[in-house]
Amino acid sequence: MTIPADLKYTKEHEWVRIEGDTATFGISDHAQEALGDIVFVELPEIGRELAPGDAFAVVESVKAVSDVYAPVGGEIIEVNEALEGEPEKINTDSYGAGWIVRVKINGGSGELLDAEAYATFLKE
Amino acid sequence: MSPTTYSAASGLQHEEALLFEHAHEDATSIALPGIAGDACPELAAFARQTPALIPGLSEPEAVRHFVRLSQWNHGIETGFYPLGSCTMKYNPRVNEQVVRLPGLAGLHPEQPDDSVQGVLALLFELQQWLGEISGLPHVTLQPAAGAHGELAGMMVIRAYHDARGDTTRRKVLVPDSAHGTNPASAVLAGLETVEIKSGADGRIDLEVLKAHLDDDVAALMLTNPNTTGMFESDIAEICELVHAAGGMVYGDGANLNALVGLARPGDMGIDCLHINVHKTFSTPHGGGGPGAGPVAVNDALAPFLPVPRIERHDNTFRVVRKDAKSIGAIFGSIGQVGVLLRAAAYIAAFGRNHLHRIAEDAVLNANYVLNRLKDAYHVPFPGLCKHECLLTDALQEKHGVKTLDIAKRLIDLGMHPMTVYFPLIVHGAMLIEPTETEARETLDTFCDAMLEIAAACEAGDTEALHAAPLIPFRRRLDETQAARKPVLVWPLN
Repeated sequence: MTIPADLKYTKEHEWVRIEGDTATFGISDHAQEALGDIVFVELPEIGRELAPGDAFAVVESVKAVSDVYAPVGGEIIEVNEALEGEPEKINTDSYGAGWIVRVKINGGSGELLDAEAYATFLKE
Repeated sequence: MSPTTYSAASGLQHEEALLFEHAHEDATSIALPGIAGDACPELAAFARQTPALIPGLSEPEAVRHFVRLSQWNHGIETGFYPLGSCTMKYNPRVNEQVVRLPGLAGLHPEQPDDSVQGVLALLFELQQWLGEISGLPHVTLQPAAGAHGELAGMMVIRAYHDARGDTTRRKVLVPDSAHGTNPASAVLAGLETVEIKSGADGRIDLEVLKAHLDDDVAALMLTNPNTTGMFESDIAEICELVHAAGGMVYGDGANLNALVGLARPGDMGIDCLHINVHKTFSTPHGGGGPGAGPVAVNDALAPFLPVPRIERHDNTFRVVRKDAKSIGAIFGSIGQVGVLLRAAAYIAAFGRNHLHRIAEDAVLNANYVLNRLKDAYHVPFPGLCKHECLLTDALQEKHGVKTLDIAKRLIDLGMHPMTVYFPLIVHGAMLIEPTETEARETLDTFCDAMLEIAAACEAGDTEALHAAPLIPFRRRLDETQAARKPVLVWPLN
C-alpha cells in the first residue's frame, strides 16, 4: 500500500494535493483497495462551491457505494471526465490518473493528516 | 468444456421482444361487443373516444411472450443455485399441496376467530415449534421478511429498555461482517449503529467488543454462523459480556440452516432472533418475496412483541389484537399465512427427531464443496465451515481473472453463480451455500465446473472467462448503468 509523502489525507480516506491556490482530491490507495473494483464514479458539476466535509462525488464499487468528502473548501474548477469511461483508473492509479476533482481553494479545511499520521491512523 | 457435462445449451430457446414491439394495430385477444343502446347513460360522458395506448396482441402472442420470458429465468427448479447467505433450497411439492387445500386456501384474513380455528391451531403450533427450535419460547409470526423481523426485533428491544426507564440506550453494535440489513433495521428503529471490526479469523474479537460496551449499548446484532460461514465459537462469552453491560443480543437467523435441530440460539445466550422461514424451512423465495420472518424472544422481551398474536385458551385459539406493552401491529394480519403454512409442512415432514438432518446435511455439503475446491481457490479462513463455504479469487487474480468473471462463466455452465463480493470484509469473496437438498452428483457437477475454470486460468486460457457469459441471450451487462439509469418506460408516439 502506498501513501505518498507529498499529499495530505483525511480520516475518510481522501487525499488532497495542494499546489498554490488549487487543490486536487482523490481517494487513497487504502480506500480503493477496501472498496474493490470500482465500476462507477458520479462526478460533480464544475463551479460548485464545496465546504470542507461536503460530499462531492460518489464512488461505486462491486461491493459498496460511498460518498467522497472534500478535504478543503473551494470551488470546483475541473473534474476528471476520464473516470466516466474508465472508473477503474482509481484502482490502478489512485494518486495519479485516478484523481477526481480540482478546486480553487477558498474557505477552510477539515482535519488533515500528513502521510505519517495517516499511516498510523490506518494501523489503529 | 464439454457441453454434455452441463445443463446450459442454446437449444430451442427464443429471443423475445417487448410487448410494444410485438404489437400490431387493431389486434386484440378478446373482442368485446359495443355497448348497445343506453345501457348506462350516466356514464356515457366517460366513454373512451380514442384507443387505449396498450399493445395490441392476440392471445397466443401474449401467452408466448410471457412463457418465453419465463424460460430466461433461472430458479432452483432449473438448476443449482448456491447463493450464499440465501439458502436457496428445493421447495418440496407436498408443501404446495398443503397450502392449496380448500380449507386453507379459501380463508380470508378478516374472518371471525371462531370460523378459522383450524388455521389458528396450525399457526399456534408453528409458534411453539419455532420457539422450541430457537430456544426462545415467545414468537410473533407477523414480520413479512427477514429484515422486517430485524426491525420488529429492534423495536421490541428498544421498547424493553424504554419500559425500564433506560431511555438513553440507543447504541447498537454491528460486526463488519454483518448482513447490510442489520444496521439498516437498527437505524429504522430509531437506534444508532456502531461497526465493530472482525478479528483476523473472521470472528468477533472479544477485546474489540469489550472496548465498545458501555451504558449506551442497547444491543449487539450478530449472525451465527457469521457471514464468513464460521461459527462464533466465543458466543457464550460474547452474550455474557453484552448482558453484563445491560444490552441485549439480537441474532440474525439468516444462517439458522447450519444449526436447526442441533443447537439453539436461545441456549447460547441470544435474546431475540428472527427466523427466515422462507430460507430455513424451504418456502419459495427470490425475486422479492413473499417471505416471512417470525421473531422469537425470551421472557424479558415477550411483553413487547407485536399484536395481533395467537393465544390458546383451553382448546380455543384467540387472536389477541391489543396489549398495552406491545409495540403494536407491524403487518396487516397475523402474518404471511401461506408462507408460514409451507414452513410448518416442511418442519412436520422431518419431525422433531429428524430435524437435525437439515443442518447436518447442509454443513456436510458445504464442507464437501470446500474440500474439493480448497486447493484450486484461496480459502481465507481455513478449517471446517458451517452451511456455506467462502473462497476468494486471490489465486486467479494473477491471471487477470476476477470473482465476477468466475461467476459469469458459471452461467454458461448452467448454474446460478454463488454470492459474490460478500461478506465485504473479504476481497473478491465467493460465498457458496449448496443447502442440504442437493445430491452429491450435483455438487460434483458444480465443483467440476469450478475446477475447470481454475484450470483454464492456470493454462492462461482466460478469453472465455472475460467474455462470459457466452451462451445466454444477453452477454455481460453493464450492471452499474442498468441500476443507475434503468429504462423502465416505452416511449409512446
